[in-house]
Amino acid sequence: MAEREELTMDEYRSVSRRRFLTTGVAAVAGFVGFRNLQSAELDNRIPGPLRDVHELNESIWSALFRDDHLAEEFPISEASILRVNGRHGIRDELDLDSWQLNVLGPDGEQLGTHTLDDIKALPWHEMTIEHKCIEGWAQVTNWQGARFSDFMALYEDQLTGDISDVYLETPDGDYYVSVDMATMRHPQTLLAYDNFGEPIRELNGAPLRLATPLKYGIKQIKRIGTIQFRRSQGGDYWGERGYDWYAGL
Amino acid sequence: MTATLDRDDEAAPEPPAPTQKAVLRHRRGNRWMHWINFPLITIMIWSGLRIYWAEDVFAFGILDWELFKFFPDWFNEPLGLNRRLARGLAFHLSFGWLFTLNGALYLAYLAGTGGWRQLVPTRQQIRRVPGVVLHDLHLRKEAPPKDSHYNAAQQLSYTVIVLLGVLIVATGFALFKPTQLSFLVTIFGGYETARLIHFTTTILFVLFFVVHMLQVIRAGRRNFSSMVTGYEVVDIEPASPDVTAEATGPTAEQAGDDESGVGDPEPVKQSEGGRSDG
Repeated sequence: MAEREELTMDEYRSVSRRRFLTTGVAAVAGFVGFRNLQSAELDNRIPGPLRDVHELNESIWSALFRDDHLAEEFPISEASILRVNGRHGIRDELDLDSWQLNVLGPDGEQLGTHTLDDIKALPWHEMTIEHKCIEGWAQVTNWQGARFSDFMALYEDQLTGDISDVYLETPDGDYYVSVDMATMRHPQTLLAYDNFGEPIRELNGAPLRLATPLKYGIKQIKRIGTIQFRRSQGGDYWGERGYDWYAGL
Repeated sequence: MTATLDRDDEAAPEPPAPTQKAVLRHRRGNRWMHWINFPLITIMIWSGLRIYWAEDVFAFGILDWELFKFFPDWFNEPLGLNRRLARGLAFHLSFGWLFTLNGALYLAYLAGTGGWRQLVPTRQQIRRVPGVVLHDLHLRKEAPPKDSHYNAAQQLSYTVIVLLGVLIVATGFALFKPTQLSFLVTIFGGYETARLIHFTTTILFVLFFVVHMLQVIRAGRRNFSSMVTGYEVVDIEPASPDVTAEATGPTAEQAGDDESGVGDPEPVKQSEGGRSDG
């Protein structure tokens, strides 16, 4: 309803009183609401309602996800070896001779094991993309390896039911991520073993790491030891520590 | 004592002609969206600093400020800004929707009510901005003419701040989904540039806030109240030959140019330039 252009002082006094009161009540309600939000019960280390919004964001952006939409690629001259930012799961010295990749099915059953040569036998792909860290830095870097979709094709026959997520873990089990299937099937999601034509360095994730410009670095696990195909979301190291499970770009 | 005096006033046999009235200054939509925006932007900046601090990229490399940390520890510690990235992101990406929604509604409201005409300055009005600023700084005696609710400096700064709001939301989305919304990243010339623009815009918002507060304090209580109640109390000028003489001036078309309260207790501060600067 339209407000009148002019009021007499008597009218103004009652309007003014009422509106100051309403504004005051709204301010107090807003403040109390915000304090309640800050002290709401935690869901994986952040207030529950904020976790709900992370999940709302996930449903919005995963609905808008298109697997033919590619992240920008850069000339390799702009790329450099990625900065090392975290050592979770790779603190033990790498023992290449004993390394193997274990593949599990949804119920934890062993589906197969692989050597690095098995992965190298898959079609080779390369990408020079901008790696983004959730902490705020970004760096153009290069990855070479096999598409995860090609790797997954090896198991297509054994996988029954809807596989919605892939869980990946370091050999020591200290670091682990869970990534949605749409991202894992994307052509720019690689099981990377080389960069700049050389094997990936130990602290950058040798012998095999996940590389994708569709997720923050926290999802791009280094030194993969186990891969599990899942029908539901799995554990996620940083997700359990207050971050967005989806962490999509 | 006071009560007795009041009663005496009411008991006056012949009520004098009213000397004041209240005129609508800020419509309901403007008021609500303005006041909802204030806590939202505060939360956005606070949570944004928590994100910023995870990687203080702009502490070095800009204009050789290598030794200058943008926010020193005495600033971060009490506000709980250090090592709060996960919470910072959770708040930022939740309240960002509310900030965006409120801003979008405001733009729709400006378009729907035609309120943008009061806001967006014409070329002629932009030319008056330096004059208004000099007048506000007491470096110029007479205020430039005013043919909107707002003076020219207000028009310009309020228009710019709305555009900066659009910019901060657009760069925010570019940083939020740089792959899915890659067209935004391209528009801003890359992810790092988008981040720099996002950060710089925040600094401009804070500077705007400081000047805004100073102006609100200077403009006084009536002006502040009008942002809450919608109405500003103005003094009714008694008809006098002086007014007629004045009306031949450039602001003649504004019959209601009494809005700044001529005859205010502080006439020096309340000259005809108008002080609805809030």
